Amino acid sequence: MGPGSGPACDIQLNTRLTEDQRRRFQNVDTIRRVLQQTRTIAIVGLSTDPAKASQFVGTYLQHEGYRVVPVNPKATEILGEPAWPDLRSIPFPVDLVDVFRPGNVCNAIAEQAIAARVPAIWFQLRIDALEAAELAERAGLAVVMDRCVKMEHGRWAGSLHWAGMNTEIVTARKRHRGLL
Amino acid sequence: MLHAGHVPDAEVGARAVPIYQTTSFVFDDPESAAQLFELKQYGNIYTRIANPTTAVFEERLASLENATGAVATASGMAAQFVTFMTLFEPGDELVASAHLYGGSVTQLTHTLRKLSIDVRFVDPTRLDEWERAIGPRTRALYGETIGNPRGSILDLEPLAALADIHRIPLIVDNTFATPWLCRPLDWGATITLHSATKFLGGHGTSIGGVLAESGKFDYSHYPTIAKPSPAYHGLNFYENFGHYGFLMKARAETLRDTGACISPTNAFLLIQGLETLSVRMERHVANAMAVARFLTEHPAVAWVEYAGLPEHPQHALARKYVCGRPGAVFSFGLAAGDDGREAGARFIRALQIFSHLANVGDARSLVIHPASTTHQQLSDEELVRCGVPPEMIRLSVGLETLEDLLWDLDQALHATSS
Repeated sequence: MGPGSGPACDIQLNTRLTEDQRRRFQNVDTIRRVLQQTRTIAIVGLSTDPAKASQFVGTYLQHEGYRVVPVNPKATEILGEPAWPDLRSIPFPVDLVDVFRPGNVCNAIAEQAIAARVPAIWFQLRIDALEAAELAERAGLAVVMDRCVKMEHGRWAGSLHWAGMNTEIVTARKRHRGLL
Repeated sequence: MLHAGHVPDAEVGARAVPIYQTTSFVFDDPESAAQLFELKQYGNIYTRIANPTTAVFEERLASLENATGAVATASGMAAQFVTFMTLFEPGDELVASAHLYGGSVTQLTHTLRKLSIDVRFVDPTRLDEWERAIGPRTRALYGETIGNPRGSILDLEPLAALADIHRIPLIVDNTFATPWLCRPLDWGATITLHSATKFLGGHGTSIGGVLAESGKFDYSHYPTIAKPSPAYHGLNFYENFGHYGFLMKARAETLRDTGACISPTNAFLLIQGLETLSVRMERHVANAMAVARFLTEHPAVAWVEYAGLPEHPQHALARKYVCGRPGAVFSFGLAAGDDGREAGARFIRALQIFSHLANVGDARSLVIHPASTTHQQLSDEELVRCGVPPEMIRLSVGLETLEDLLWDLDQALHATSS
């Protein structure tokens, strides 16, 4: 059993983070809490190209009931929602910033998220943004790094299991697969 | 073995895994149907691609193998073929162990060659042969944890390191070891394959196969995974699914297109087998070791090839990779002089408890004499050349009471030599 308090093993597969970094930035409790408490997700770097990974994630999250707020300076509308040039421009509060940008521009994104008082920031799979993650952590944000928000949601909500993937959820308790 | 992959559902609360014997699944609405087909949602469409009963088998096996996920198939041969069809393009090459199961050799030599995929066979015990055989178009290395039928042990660690240097995956057929004895992914392999028909099921009722993948291999230079796929409207599996890329492609494209799916009922039966894997394997290897020792000391036996015996040249490897207990399938030779072929047939005729058939990994003990069955068209010289001499008997030691097995072998050996 991993560090989480739930009935699940901690996924140790497929990450480049150290044990300590994993405890801080891939914490099972943090991930579940963020997915449960979030309603509105700003996706920084959401592409206009339907074949891109960010569109797969955005479409998935919309279908799962989240409001997706595209952040892309080159677009006016993505997935039926108005796009904003940066986090500063969004005139309403968001619960989570999900980042699809290279590690070297993540510090500025973290700073904007901190200034906008966003409670959580998530750097997607394969994004190495350790400095930005630590910046956000010091400012009190919940931080996830090198994980995919779609995979994690699918893991807890059960649909990832349909694809034959290892969710590492082991429980004898009768329950709905689900976030709650 | 008992819990992974199955959460009892809240409505019915069935403790056993339900059998979803259905071809297809009703969509929520047109939008979500479209998203399922675009792979933007995970979900069930059609049992040829995925099924909830099969998913339990897949996740459980992935958990046992320490894999990121798994795809079940109609058979072990199908698991092998789906793996190769997911990775390879025409003109690619595979370097494979020459000690593979004969059916695998045939698939590699004939079916893959029809698809312009070339195979080079090497002596799996010689790392230098593996190294020399790797060329610029080599896309994978392939061997068996425990070879069939000669029981050679694959030296996984240096082989995985060699594959790593060349940025190609090491694929390992783990059928004879099962994840209870060995987890090849922990030694650096990328993909493991199983004929689930054998020890995973254990009951000899169901044909099935499965492939599992580590999620740690970088496929960015594999065009089949990392280039837009013409068979899936330009989808880039590597970019969109990260470490699930290979498995998503194997399922959504290869399994869909080859049709080599497992039936939900067979998946259910294989789940029943997995639940007792640890206790069965414990007994399988204990019986196998005792039978091997008994045969070593028997005057009517010329040789025993079981790496669990300390005098076997690969005993050290067996200790390293399978705790000195290299499964329950091995071969021995009758002390028959020049007439191994006839002695083998006499031995088979005399057995009372060992079942004479072409399978391994059943709960019951099994036996076959290759020279009078699977390899009967070969001459004695040819048999020796391919490592299957005329006096060779292959056993798959089952779960029966040990005394009964030893009695049966002893009386059949006496009948053979008298």
